[in-house]
Amino acid sequence: MNIMNLFGAMPGACAQGLIWGIMAIGVYITYKILDLADLTVDGTMATGGAVCVMMMLSGHSFGVSLLVSFIVGCLAGLVTGILHTGLGIPAILAGILTQLGLYSVNLRILDNKANQAINVDKYNLLVSLRYIKGVPFYKNTILVVAIIIAVLVGVLYWFFGTELGSAIRATGSNNNMSRAQGINTNAMKVIGLVISNGIVAFASGLYAQYQGFADVNAGRGAIVIGLAAVIIADVIFGRIKGNFAFKLVSVSFGAIIYYIVLQIVMWLGLNSNDLKLLSAIIVAAFLAVPYLKSHYAPRKVVKKGDTKDA
Amino acid sequence: MLELRNIHKTFNPGTVNEKTALCGLDLKLNEGDFVTVIGGNGAGKSTMLNAIAGVWLVDEGTITIDGDDVTKLPEHKRAKYLGRVFQDPMNGTAATMQIDENLALAARRGKIRSLKKGITSKEMAYFKERLATLDLGLEDRMTTKVGLLSGGQRQALTLLMAALVKPRLLLLDEHTAALDPKTAAKVLDTTQKIVDADNITTLMITHNMKDAIAHGNRLIMMHEGNIIYDVSGEEKKNLHVSDLLAKFEEVSGGSFANDRMMLN
Repeated sequence: MNIMNLFGAMPGACAQGLIWGIMAIGVYITYKILDLADLTVDGTMATGGAVCVMMMLSGHSFGVSLLVSFIVGCLAGLVTGILHTGLGIPAILAGILTQLGLYSVNLRILDNKANQAINVDKYNLLVSLRYIKGVPFYKNTILVVAIIIAVLVGVLYWFFGTELGSAIRATGSNNNMSRAQGINTNAMKVIGLVISNGIVAFASGLYAQYQGFADVNAGRGAIVIGLAAVIIADVIFGRIKGNFAFKLVSVSFGAIIYYIVLQIVMWLGLNSNDLKLLSAIIVAAFLAVPYLKSHYAPRKVVKKGDTKDA
Repeated sequence: MLELRNIHKTFNPGTVNEKTALCGLDLKLNEGDFVTVIGGNGAGKSTMLNAIAGVWLVDEGTITIDGDDVTKLPEHKRAKYLGRVFQDPMNGTAATMQIDENLALAARRGKIRSLKKGITSKEMAYFKERLATLDLGLEDRMTTKVGLLSGGQRQALTLLMAALVKPRLLLLDEHTAALDPKTAAKVLDTTQKIVDADNITTLMITHNMKDAIAHGNRLIMMHEGNIIYDVSGEEKKNLHVSDLLAKFEEVSGGSFANDRMMLN
């Protein structure tokens, strides 16, 4: 229980947290903006990595590979979107169906192996757990991922300020009103799911490079980690009045906090096999806090619309 | 301008909950008509408005607006013809978005939504001007989230949004029923102003017979999915609540004690 071990693990926790922060931004789009719980991401969080690693193994650059990961993620989102809006399957079930189907697809992509390694010494990777210490600063994974998040937040901030982006936000806020204002709410849900899963698959591609392998089980419980980041951000930074860009950045900080907490718990001696149980407990606790607060210690002024956020 | 021909709608057909809401409804509105709609619970008033708005498709019959057949059009495509205000003040606006953002959404009703800016500075000035006409001080709170407004303020904003792009037809579904009497009167006053300013063809459902008589140039009473009484012009002006009550008792067999219809 040497405290230096804990400090030594922090940069790695930050890097992982940042990559999952990108994934959490994808979850934020469906869970917070569209008010849908999309479980597709448990599949796309493995698909993106599988696509990225297999493409790089066959000689493509990380840029092209990540782009294809993004596109394949978009397609997965499209499938869920069509199942939900076109075929009337409840959103949660539609996500579960796509996720289940993706498991077979992911195995196919990985050439029927459970995982595929990519060697950091043989391939030019964008991020890696070996690029945290002892590399020139511009190659440092923490910096690289931080820049990617800054660009992503910038693009999303612009997009959700456009006519189309506003229509997606309105759809999540009030379906009836949106249709009455001529918004095709089904199309907006599909677009949101597509963008969200594209971002998640992109994060998955980065994560596979970071770890040095793509794994068919990489996405198990991904939605819980994504939600944890969104909810931690809400609980810790929610009181601060900030614009949309601030909200997205706070989500990636939520992911970092999540990974630091995990690191501390492991340092305290918990087995890494227990992590999933721990994740579930953390998320359940954070989800329960706003509810219990409003039930047993109601605030003096109850603002309308708050119930939805809780 | 609006024409409903032989409209039929049955909910839950073939089940124990089967309910025929509209049976053979015919209605024709002229340009500039302001029609008030009254009738007991389950008479089909809201169903008629929802049929026009395209919340679901009708079983039979045709709906045309200004000569365009909209019978098969989905709800969001019909929106370009229609301005709508609902009974529940929460329904007409996006609570988690700002006042100006809600107005910007309404300003694009019936238009293609592209990657252009969701709200321009030129629009902001125009929205401010229009909000000022409501006389609620909302023009100084443009970036406030709509969820923080009162029910009356939200209904007034919804009215403004419904008329921001002049609709061919304004549908008001008991839009003052959920408000306290004082606020209801104010919202109704705003309604009249907005309708008059642009001479908007309007269908307004109300439970208040006095309001139904005081507003509009035509009044229709519905019962069991059809129109049973239709007056306009001078005849409508001379109507009294007692006339409507008599009419209502005549068709319902005198049993309206349980009804929500207001007698004041």
